[in-house]
Amino acid sequence: MPENIDVTGARRDQPRRGQEHFVAPVDEGGLGAVDAVSTTQAPKSLWGDAWAHMRGNVLFWVAGAVIALVVVVAVAPGLFTSIGPRACDLSQSLSGPAAGHPFGFDFQGCDIYSRTVYGARASVVVGVLATAMVVVIGTIVGAIAGYFGGWFDTLLSRLTDIFFAVPLVLAAIVIMSLMSTRTSFTVALVLSLFGWPQIARITRGTVMSVKNNEFVTAARSLGMGRVGILLRHVLPNSTAPIIVYATVALGTFIVAEATLSYLGIGLPPSIVSWGGDISKAQNSIRVAPEILFYPAGGLALTVLGFIMMGDVVRDALDPKARKR
Amino acid sequence: MRWYIGRRLLQVIPVFLGATLLLYALVFLRPGDPVAALGGERGLPEAVQEQIRERYNLDKPFLVQYLLFLKGVFTLDFGVDFRGREIVDVIAGAFPVTIQLAVMALIIEAVFGIGLGLVAGLRKGGIFDGSVLVISLLVIAVPTFVIGFVLQFLLGVKAGLFPVTVGRDPNFESLLLPAIVLAAASFAYVLRLTRTSVAENLSADYVRTARARGLTRSRVTGRHVLRNSLIPVVTFLGGDLGGLMAGAIVTEGIFNINGVGGTLYQAITRGENVTVVSLTTVLVIVYILANLLVDLLYAALDPRIRYA
Repeated sequence: MPENIDVTGARRDQPRRGQEHFVAPVDEGGLGAVDAVSTTQAPKSLWGDAWAHMRGNVLFWVAGAVIALVVVVAVAPGLFTSIGPRACDLSQSLSGPAAGHPFGFDFQGCDIYSRTVYGARASVVVGVLATAMVVVIGTIVGAIAGYFGGWFDTLLSRLTDIFFAVPLVLAAIVIMSLMSTRTSFTVALVLSLFGWPQIARITRGTVMSVKNNEFVTAARSLGMGRVGILLRHVLPNSTAPIIVYATVALGTFIVAEATLSYLGIGLPPSIVSWGGDISKAQNSIRVAPEILFYPAGGLALTVLGFIMMGDVVRDALDPKARKR
Repeated sequence: MRWYIGRRLLQVIPVFLGATLLLYALVFLRPGDPVAALGGERGLPEAVQEQIRERYNLDKPFLVQYLLFLKGVFTLDFGVDFRGREIVDVIAGAFPVTIQLAVMALIIEAVFGIGLGLVAGLRKGGIFDGSVLVISLLVIAVPTFVIGFVLQFLLGVKAGLFPVTVGRDPNFESLLLPAIVLAAASFAYVLRLTRTSVAENLSADYVRTARARGLTRSRVTGRHVLRNSLIPVVTFLGGDLGGLMAGAIVTEGIFNINGVGGTLYQAITRGENVTVVSLTTVLVIVYILANLLVDLLYAALDPRIRYA
């Protein structure tokens, strides 16, 4: 049957008798796209689709490059500077840039470039640790609450509400000030203790909507166990919003760590951190305001990288937002 | 709707009990004896220590301590701090400034966030949209304390436009710069939220219908797009009031404001656990009430929530 003939056998681009309105041929309206989809080919997966979209996005490469750079600096700071962050010379206090010392010296006479490079590790370690813990706790709690429902849901949701009711920075300040041992791990632990409710809420909501899909019913009718379905089918299909939130949360945790270190209750001075260096630079802001720029810049660039990446991934995973 | 309100109100009770118990346990169940530490190196006589323990209920089991504390919260009798001041007076002295600061910050972020977000959302993809988006990202990426003392240094110390610190008698003028600093991060979120929401609603069917009916541009924007776009923004702002008051600790420290943050910080450094727990409890109550208000507001504005 020729394409422009419809079931009644009339040519569609010519008005039928009694038909007052022009009806556009299929390929001119939006329906053409529907017909063009091949039904035999395997459909593109959500992630494949997202990747194809991200690849063409400049912001993705910029954010990716920033994150990659920060991670490399954090893992191997020695590659970027041969001067130690604690090789300080008081006679150089607050003196400007010199050969081999591109950023100059801080109040203690330490090389600012070296301290900025070595400071990346503390931020990245705390950020990654806290995010990992938050994702694990939040996903487990949220998945159980959303998937099993009933009493589990009531109990776990109230528990989530309780931890949600305590503001993150406030709780972190109160607890960290009472801690006697302060390491990257304890800071991350305290931040994750009050940071997981968000992920739990997001996971619960997603799991609740995913578990009503046909493929879950299909798996159940094939005799799969409830836990098996949760692990094999529901969770893998709920990861998108968790990953988006986790990317942004990593930036938030880095800021929170810097805030604590700035207040003097985060990482101890023995660990080189941007927050601590910002706090020290504040003391000499009237004499040498430029010192502040380097640790603050490193911090801002890192956080910017993660927030931008979160934005890009969110856009890529949301076909509705992408169309416009 | 009545069902929804009732259920939501009942939920506040376990959350309040749980959150206060959690904070109380974290502060009081840690190792170390604050009373023994009071006397410094020489230590206090055993009898005096006993007396102090009795006065602060520290000799009773943990759960009894917590219940006595809870009773104090409801009767507005938090006890006395280590320097002999009624903690209720300490709270009453600290909160007005912080509330004023938080409300000023809320107004600033609402006006500028919604205004710029609306324009950016209406012209999504344009130059204005792009530059506003970049600025908002920068504001989020630079921590509040850096924005705080950089602005303090540039506008206060160098330019002399604002008072550098607030000090004893806070007024509108001296609180303006701290409020701007406090509002900065949330401003960026409000802006981004408004922008996405407006851009999303612009392509909604009801907007097309409104345009097809021949309504003027300003009427479509004001009555249809803006009203519906503001639902998530308003709820964010409601919840942010509690967040701002808790987040004021850093800002108050930078500008030397004797609000909740400053008082809390002093209490922490002096090891006055009772004051710390009392202040944080009040903050948590504010935070819980703000979240409650948001949920009720959300249900009132968006029928899809209350019938879900």
